[in-house]
Amino acid sequence: MKPTNINDPEYFHKVVDCQLACPAHTPVPEYIRLIAAERYTDAYMVNWASNVFPGVLGRTCDRPCEPACRRGRVDEDEQPVAICRLKRVAADNKNDAEVIARMPKIPATKNDKRIALIGGGPASLTVARDLMPLGYIVDLYDDQPAGGGFMRSQIPSFRLPETVLNDEVNYILDMGVISRFDTYVDSLKDILDKNYDAVFVGTGAPRGRDLIIPGRDEGTDNIHIGIDWLSSVAFEHIEKIGKKVIVLGGGNTAMDCCRSSLRLGSDDVKVIVRSPRSEMKASPWEIDDAEREGIPMFENHVPLEFVIKEGKLAGMRFDRVRAEYDANGKRSLISLGEEPVMVECDDVCIAIGQDNSFPWIERDLGLEFGKWDMPVVDKETFQSTNPKVFFGGDAAFGPENVITAVAHGHQAAVSIDLFLNGKNVQHRLAPGATLVSQKMGIHEWSYDSGVVDDVRYAVPHTEVKLALSDRKMEVELGFDPLTGFAEAQRCLNCDAQTVFTEAKCIECDACVDICPTDCITFTHSGTEAELRTRLSAPANNLDQDLYISTDKLPTGRIMVKDENVCLHCGLCAERCPTAAWDMQKFMYEVSKAGSDSVQLGAEQ
Amino acid sequence: MSYLKPSFRHPDLPVNDLGYTKKNYEGAISTLCAGCGHDSISSAITQAIFELSIAPHNIAKMSGIGCSSKTPTYFLGNSHGFNSVHGRMPSVATGANMANRDMIYVGVSGDGDTASIGMGQFTHAVRRNVNMMYIVENNGCYGLTKGQDSATSDVGSKSKKGDPNPFEPIDLASIALQLGATFVARSFSGDKEQLIPLIKAAIAHQGFAFIDVVSPCVTFNNNPGSTKGYEYVRDHLAATGTVDFVPMKDEITTSYEAGTSQEVTLHDGSVVHLHKADSRLDIHSRRSALALIKDYKANDQLLTGLLYMDPDSQELHETIQSSNKPLRALTELDLCPGNKVLTSINASLR
Repeated sequence: MKPTNINDPEYFHKVVDCQLACPAHTPVPEYIRLIAAERYTDAYMVNWASNVFPGVLGRTCDRPCEPACRRGRVDEDEQPVAICRLKRVAADNKNDAEVIARMPKIPATKNDKRIALIGGGPASLTVARDLMPLGYIVDLYDDQPAGGGFMRSQIPSFRLPETVLNDEVNYILDMGVISRFDTYVDSLKDILDKNYDAVFVGTGAPRGRDLIIPGRDEGTDNIHIGIDWLSSVAFEHIEKIGKKVIVLGGGNTAMDCCRSSLRLGSDDVKVIVRSPRSEMKASPWEIDDAEREGIPMFENHVPLEFVIKEGKLAGMRFDRVRAEYDANGKRSLISLGEEPVMVECDDVCIAIGQDNSFPWIERDLGLEFGKWDMPVVDKETFQSTNPKVFFGGDAAFGPENVITAVAHGHQAAVSIDLFLNGKNVQHRLAPGATLVSQKMGIHEWSYDSGVVDDVRYAVPHTEVKLALSDRKMEVELGFDPLTGFAEAQRCLNCDAQTVFTEAKCIECDACVDICPTDCITFTHSGTEAELRTRLSAPANNLDQDLYISTDKLPTGRIMVKDENVCLHCGLCAERCPTAAWDMQKFMYEVSKAGSDSVQLGAEQ
Repeated sequence: MSYLKPSFRHPDLPVNDLGYTKKNYEGAISTLCAGCGHDSISSAITQAIFELSIAPHNIAKMSGIGCSSKTPTYFLGNSHGFNSVHGRMPSVATGANMANRDMIYVGVSGDGDTASIGMGQFTHAVRRNVNMMYIVENNGCYGLTKGQDSATSDVGSKSKKGDPNPFEPIDLASIALQLGATFVARSFSGDKEQLIPLIKAAIAHQGFAFIDVVSPCVTFNNNPGSTKGYEYVRDHLAATGTVDFVPMKDEITTSYEAGTSQEVTLHDGSVVHLHKADSRLDIHSRRSALALIKDYKANDQLLTGLLYMDPDSQELHETIQSSNKPLRALTELDLCPGNKVLTSINASLR
């Protein structure tokens, strides 16, 4: 088998599971260490440079990093590090004045290139953040009265306080973005006619799916499309809802709808889903939070009709079903053939999904549309078939989440910058990567290499009764600094890489003997599949690489390290008499717009 | 410096017949120099005893003084142990063994503890055929006192200080053979594939099982010119063959060509299978073992592997016909059987 090429940044990037899983590739272990060191502002800036909305994401992120966290697989009972909530610790404890002082400098002299951003959500704001420091003139259009897009209209204040959102939106708007709020763009042609050099479309997936079944029209006054209703609540166009509410759907929007209903006067909210509960799309913690507030979830109920009595919505009828799965795992819902269930209600929120919608884009602008009437957008450059027009966020490839929108924004900004400099948008700068020894002394590392046994700390919540009394009262309270420290110490520092230099190795086996998780084997070479059968411990996680040395060891054998459950405890390097093993901090940075010329968010 | 090992282990570690994983056989984190051969021997002992499925509380670790004799702290943390006076481990082990023959005795000593200060003790434990495994972690120097040449250092071998050793070495394997040891092997700390089966066979053997393990001192004796450094030993290693230890419960599935292998069945039904690399070796002949050690040495080679074993050996308890039961299991009735028994003994002497 070929030796591992550790000069390829993607090799060690893969070892930092959380960073790899993050769409924006935020250097998670790095900021967690800074939190443990009480360097909250530094931790915040590491986040900000990468994911732009640490305060927002520290509360609302979908956290793809957490299921990936190595800590969650080193033991059956072990849970991942509470990465998302640690991010919030950085945001809660940062020094605001210092953060503002560290914002990138915006050139007073502009470069005369004008860019229009359509939609004021996370994708557009990220593009603005990346392009403003490069001297571009940026116009931001949004039909809402303030920036933030769905972060403002869809995420209820009890999950995301307005002040937190405002701060992070304003860091960007205050760079000198020309904001045109309360302006609905109804024609892309009009925008292009204004002679913008580039246009970025970050309009999200703004159309909530409707449910067309009998009674829909008659009951329309009390039947709400979830995302529109949440938006009306956010902008205070709606301040109350009926006593009995049914929320249809099992996603995060449904969870936000049912919890908002409780706060707007309902005292009987039911979440009702077509399919089995196990298939609900909402994040488990969102479901937990709804249940903590006493909201029941009913599974396997397929809506049949809205029941209208005396011209007014009185309830809904459902058919009870069970799920069956065929050999390909495809699900079908089979009716139990029972009498339909009638559930009384005053209002219904339909939160069964959302779609993209581009009625405002003319089809003769050289901008091709493909499957499902979605624009044809390059997966890497985010450029459409009209070279001036770029897409990002939910508008590009359908509904995802905030962190994905941010990742798109960064890449679209790179493309726009290349495009406006007359360069090929395909020729993108490779990610930056550094590898630096953490050796401080003979057996000393610059990170806390010890592995603590603490179990994951739970985030405290506001008492339910109190939380329900005020729509804007935040439910999750965040870790206090001490708990934040304890949780931060659970991080295994997977970015402290075990780097092996065969030329120094004397094959004393000290590393093999000390490794708590039996990661290391010295053996004769073979194919990967065959090697995996004869390592010190079972190497069955094929998603995790084997780190393989050359056969230039004194005995001609090779060193094989299974990265899977390495604790990054540094004991192999501590017990190595010749420093053939070294713990080296791996930093991986996705290249941003202007990475080659300007340092964004650099430390002073 | 880390003084605690993380408590996580590989989630898919195998378990032995007792339901334990290797973790149940580990000890504290080593405080020896990084890269010390002794740590590899500790690890081999841990692995061998885990694989043998011996309950940790049935083992007593015996040691004297020296780097080697510190190591029992670093393996079998759930077993009994006695750290004796320098060179006196063989006597303490003999005493412990006399008191409780049901335990398994793992003696760990060094070249200083055995070949110098403890030489007299060692020889008598060998000739009495005390039922124990006796490992010498042999690094050819006194590592704990900054690396002076020990009694097993070869003539001309240079320690870190640079002076060649002027004295003839004591070859402990040869001495053990001459004194009547009933199981003699030699190995190298850097070769666990050989060492682990040897340890298993030594523990299964009834009688004095001696293993001389060359174990480089990385700090004071791993330099060019030393004959006990990692590089020198690897370059000059020769093995009597590969050893398989097959416990009684397992069926023997491997077949060997006639004449190239020798099989020894132990008292408990387990089998030691030697796949010979040198057909001149007869595992049951002391003379053959002694001659081969000399021959290889003359060619600047270190002969390792199983050298000699007598599966029918009579261990000390059998020789002196001591109590079948551990002393702690004897009741007052066993010890003071009463007037009737005394009268019959007296009568037999009249």
